Amino acid sequence: MAVASISVSETPLVLYTLRLADDALILGHRLSEWCGHAPILEEDMALANMGLDLLGQARELYSYAAKVEAKGNDEDKLAYLRDVRQYRNLLLLEQPNGDFAQTMARQFFYSAFADLYWRAMMKSGDATLAAVAAKSEKESAYHLRHSSEWMVRLGDGTAESHARAQAAIDHLWAFTGEMFCTDAGERGLVDAGISVDPASLRSQWLRTVADVVGEATLDLPSSGWMQQGGRDGRHSEHLGHLLSELQSMQRTFPGAVW
Amino acid sequence: MYTQALNTSDADDRHIEDAGRAAAFQARIDAEERIEPNDWMPAAYRKTLTRQISQHAHSEIVGMLPEGNWITRAPSLRRKAALLAKVQDECGHGLYLYAAAETLGASREELVDLMLAGKAKYSSIFNYPTLTWADIGVIGWLVDGAAIMNQIPLCRCSYGPYARAMIRVCKEESFHQRQGYEIMLTLARGSEEQKAMAQDALDRWWWPVLMMFGPPDQASQHSDTSTMWKIKRFSNDELRQKFVDATVPQAQYLGLTIPDPGMKQNADGHWEYSAIDWDEFKQVLAGNGPCNRDRLAARRKAHDDGAWVREAAQAYAEKRKHRQVAQAAE
Ligand SMILES: [Fe+2]
Ligand SMILES: [Fe+2]
Repeated sequence: MAVASISVSETPLVLYTLRLADDALILGHRLSEWCGHAPILEEDMALANMGLDLLGQARELYSYAAKVEAKGNDEDKLAYLRDVRQYRNLLLLEQPNGDFAQTMARQFFYSAFADLYWRAMMKSGDATLAAVAAKSEKESAYHLRHSSEWMVRLGDGTAESHARAQAAIDHLWAFTGEMFCTDAGERGLVDAGISVDPASLRSQWLRTVADVVGEATLDLPSSGWMQQGGRDGRHSEHLGHLLSELQSMQRTFPGAVW
Repeated sequence: MYTQALNTSDADDRHIEDAGRAAAFQARIDAEERIEPNDWMPAAYRKTLTRQISQHAHSEIVGMLPEGNWITRAPSLRRKAALLAKVQDECGHGLYLYAAAETLGASREELVDLMLAGKAKYSSIFNYPTLTWADIGVIGWLVDGAAIMNQIPLCRCSYGPYARAMIRVCKEESFHQRQGYEIMLTLARGSEEQKAMAQDALDRWWWPVLMMFGPPDQASQHSDTSTMWKIKRFSNDELRQKFVDATVPQAQYLGLTIPDPGMKQNADGHWEYSAIDWDEFKQVLAGNGPCNRDRLAARRKAHDDGAWVREAAQAYAEKRKHRQVAQAAE
């Protein structure tokens, strides 16, 4: 039996929930890649903590997407049996870990957004999403604090750490714009009070980011060009490799229960 | 007081004084009192414990690698989260244990440096590779299971900080053990392919797990003084036997075969196992196990790649301190 990817009936709510779930899973997976290899043991603990928070979010969101879709999919089918074009996470989150500065800058840019986003989503008219938001907001507040502290330590640490932190910011900046984009389907959900318009959070995000980056004695790039495509399944080449590892057992042993 | 005295008569006095203290120390041990960091203790006690606790800490940290090898490939989201949490627990164990070792006057940095230089040991079991998902089940079931057998008596170890760390660690290890067994149970009730995977993992790990209890009693170097100091309460062979007796029925329940055709149950109920290949054990200890080089290389790489991060954190902390001092002076 070939292991075909599943098909998903992507109503706006299903698609929207999958985007959030994919964000959490892909970033959680990236963080889990550090396990056993971090610069200090305390950071092994912290990276795993953040990864576990995100995996927990992903599981709740996939389960909810499966329930809304009501076509017999479940969290594992959605995670393990969709291919790269069906994944809808932000490009930022699939970027490789790189060095520790790159991992922290990725975490910082995303957590500064996620914290605002989940806080706003606590008022969602969808009770399940509001509940996920309430839990995720607490988690992302910690992720933001942790990654902000590292941005400052690295930026204002040694010449080498400063250079690495600046390089990480410069490299990842072009992936931050996608966080604030919506499509027609999602705008319908915003109008219905189910989701929030991320564009409305942009100025506050920029303030938070600029404050921390300033304290870290680093600079934000002036370039305005932003990459997009993740939300529509047009990814970087990195995601396919991540998925081939993530999905290898489910693809090798079709239908097995673990 | 532990440094060598140059003045002979002083040294003689010290010797008499220390003999008195040593007797009082042993009396406390015999009375099952806990020794705490600020208490007087013989230099050899301190050295033995520092070695044992730090080896234990290194084992927890190196032990993250074989299981960490499967986090990114875990077959379901539930298993992935559970495995990441488990490996994180092992890191936590390493941290408590380094902290316990530090109460004896060694620093974590120097202990880690010894390990990275190949001068300190860690458990030989982590020099075997994890080839399939079933290895994650077997490690939880047997490796954590053997660790529990070794560590439960350590919860009553005479040295307070070590005993307390072990109480905390044992609780988590028994959770890991149940989780590993549950993975095995799922495989044993799965497809033929999954059953074969489970059996293959047991075949590969069984003998190395028995070696985790250390050399046979006749050959063990440290047991005598460790027993006198109540660091060790059971011999290697006693613990190994307990483990085998507990494990055989578990394997039977799974429908798996322990790869020891000569194994038999004696009239007293104990399971008698065949001779262990101690040459293999010696080879692994000497650095020739299948993964020794990879494990050390991975730990060294993490350490070296992380150097600039640790330097940055330190430089920042110092800058901050200076700024605070400067502010206070204004
Ligand atoms: Fe442990
Ligand atoms: Fe464990």
